[in-house]
Amino acid sequence: MLSIKNLHASVEGKEILKGINLEIKAGEVHAIMGPNGSGKSTLSQVLAGNEAFEVTEGEVTLNGENLLELETEERAREGIFLAFQYPVEIPGVSNLQFLRTAVNAMRQHKGEGEMNAAEFMKLAKEVSKQVDLDPAFLKRGVNEGFSGGEKKRNEIMQALLLQPKLAILDETDSGLDIDALQVVSNGVNALRAEDRAILMVTHYQRLLNHIVPDYVHVLAGGKIVKSGGRELALELEERGYGWLGIKDEEAANSAN
Amino acid sequence: MATTDKEVNELIKREYEHGFVTEIESDTFEPGLNEDVIARLSAIKKEPQWMLDWRLKAYRRWLEMDEPDWAHVGYPKVDYNSISYYSAPKRKEDMPQSLDEVDPELLKTYEKLGIPLHEREKLAGVAVDAVFDSVSVATTFKEPLAKAGVIFCSISEAIQDYPELVQKYLGTVVPHGDNFFAALNSAVFSDGTFVYVPKGVRCPMELSTYFRINAANTGQFERTLIIAEDSSYVSYLEGCTAPMRDENQLHAAVVELVALDDAQIKYSTVQNWYPGDENGKGGIFNFVTKRGACIGKNSKISWTQVETGSAVTWKYPSCVLRGDNSVGEFYSVALTNNFQQADTGTKMVHLGKNTSSTIISKGISAGKSSNAYRGLVKFGPGAEGARNFTQCDSLLIGDRCGAHTFPYIESKNKSAIVEHEATTSKVSDEQMFLCRQRGIEPEQAVSMIVNGFCKEVFKELPMEFAVEAGKLLEVSLEGSVG
Ligand SMILES: Nc1ncnc2c1ncn2[C@@H]1O[C@H](COP(=O)(O)OP(=O)(O)OP(=O)(O)O)[C@@H](O)[C@H]1O
Ligand SMILES: [Mg+2]
Repeated sequence: MLSIKNLHASVEGKEILKGINLEIKAGEVHAIMGPNGSGKSTLSQVLAGNEAFEVTEGEVTLNGENLLELETEERAREGIFLAFQYPVEIPGVSNLQFLRTAVNAMRQHKGEGEMNAAEFMKLAKEVSKQVDLDPAFLKRGVNEGFSGGEKKRNEIMQALLLQPKLAILDETDSGLDIDALQVVSNGVNALRAEDRAILMVTHYQRLLNHIVPDYVHVLAGGKIVKSGGRELALELEERGYGWLGIKDEEAANSAN
Repeated sequence: MATTDKEVNELIKREYEHGFVTEIESDTFEPGLNEDVIARLSAIKKEPQWMLDWRLKAYRRWLEMDEPDWAHVGYPKVDYNSISYYSAPKRKEDMPQSLDEVDPELLKTYEKLGIPLHEREKLAGVAVDAVFDSVSVATTFKEPLAKAGVIFCSISEAIQDYPELVQKYLGTVVPHGDNFFAALNSAVFSDGTFVYVPKGVRCPMELSTYFRINAANTGQFERTLIIAEDSSYVSYLEGCTAPMRDENQLHAAVVELVALDDAQIKYSTVQNWYPGDENGKGGIFNFVTKRGACIGKNSKISWTQVETGSAVTWKYPSCVLRGDNSVGEFYSVALTNNFQQADTGTKMVHLGKNTSSTIISKGISAGKSSNAYRGLVKFGPGAEGARNFTQCDSLLIGDRCGAHTFPYIESKNKSAIVEHEATTSKVSDEQMFLCRQRGIEPEQAVSMIVNGFCKEVFKELPMEFAVEAGKLLEVSLEGSVG
């Protein structure tokens, strides 16, 4: 489904991704771990098409199509979804209006008719329940005054609504209490499907008890330095990143 | 960052949609202004002597006045002798007696503007008085209004048919020598709207007027007078458009509102005069004096405006809160882009006890435009327990535009309370990225974000026009993003 080859990307002249290689097949769940500042969010943003980052080398294809040629919104309509590490607020724009606009943009792309307000309301209420968000949140401004955990649940709700092909979840588990972690994990597990891939960035192997990944990768200094199965996460928890020859971002960078 | 600016720059290059010229024969005065022109104008309108005298008094006052230069705008000097002061579509008969008699070309114009009069009448609920260049073309819904006792007609008709009312109130809120543009308007106003709501009557429908400047080199000087007697209520909406022309055109209107005891007037404006092209050529100079007097106790006047057009806007819808417990409100969205300049705001003058006022101003600047809020809140010595709340928010799109806030407070009463809040924000790259990541077109995203920013004001507009206003913002911002 997604194929990343020798991907290099920089921001403001500074190279952050230094040759990423990754293959993700439909139905798989991949977890990416790694020290702070190693480039996990950068990879997520680059895949989603954030123009603040410049791709300097390499290629990315989604089902054989060159992803890097597409605009952000086109990638979204092709099925790339990014759950943000830090969801931004849009004051005055109701969550409901925002989501309906998004859903209808996707539907239009697929040649389907627009959903009317009533139909959409029904659907939105269903998914909000799935992530244990009070439907009252639909009326509030997008992320406006949401707590950290509410923002994360709101992101997963959007994934459930938009039914992407590839869901990239950037630290969707951070800042969640124990119950919320369970709720969010259930949401993500509900997303798991034969024809869908999930790429999730996390610092905690705890999440992987709830959402069991097929593969675990360690990203350090802008490269994937180690890949393995579920057990790699456990090993990382026990031994930290040191044994892989990296301590932190600086160490990683100087190692290059 | 760069990407957003680029997107936004494309976005605001959107062309003016209402920029067509209507081919109709019209009677137009030669350019120029003197007492003779005023006398001719008054004669065409068959005005009584007192009206002509008042016009001439205003004209003589105007000759002694200087054009104001304190606003945060710059524009080439207007040559008042190069303007024609009267232009009327030629009619076969004297005046159209019903819609059927209105020039079909003219009706087509309104249709292009999205206000088919026929339909409006059928749809019911909105009575439209349409002022084209200088004269009122058709007023719909006269009958049901007459049943309720509401007078809704052109000011020219009112001068003929209700001279006592006009004479009693005209110039009481905005005197003939109030300011340069008001004096000019008083001398040469050609038409406008008159509304009278009798005691205890709740006007059964939204009243509305559409203004349009069509002929070249003409100025539009309409005059609106609305009187709400004790315990009455009226909601009035005006919409404005003008064709694209390379020369600037002058629009200097005066609006006077009078609210007596327990009366309420809600006045909404959707202003979309031609703003000039993307290089700042052409466009309307919109120099308007709007003021309401809450004369009676417990009376209330609300101004809601959505200002997206005009090359230069100079406009401060104000309230004089004379009656005890009277209430003034000002809700404003002003959007400028390209080279547009707006200096707009309000004056709330508190004279009576326990008077209160609310000001919510939302300024949106894009392109190289300049958008200023200027507001005065004034408390007279008798304004015991008066209070004001002001909230001024600016939203910047791109980084070549300017937003300015000039709040003035004058208080002669120690018990008066003022609260003032102001914010400035930008449509951020992160917001744009979030929207686009969810599959939303960039231009739709900007429009959605801007609409969200304006929500508090839009909710004050009459329902059917709130939608219109939202669309208007979308149009003014569309065409973007590549
Ligand atoms: N817009 C930017 N301008 C400058 N530097 C940036 C920008 N975005 C990211 N970086 C830098 O790129 C590096 C990688 O950041 P990134 O957010 O991808 O890390 P991360 O692996 O997600 O870290 P964390 O675990 O803390 O979320 C960091 O050194 C960060 O400071
Ligand atoms: Mg991160």
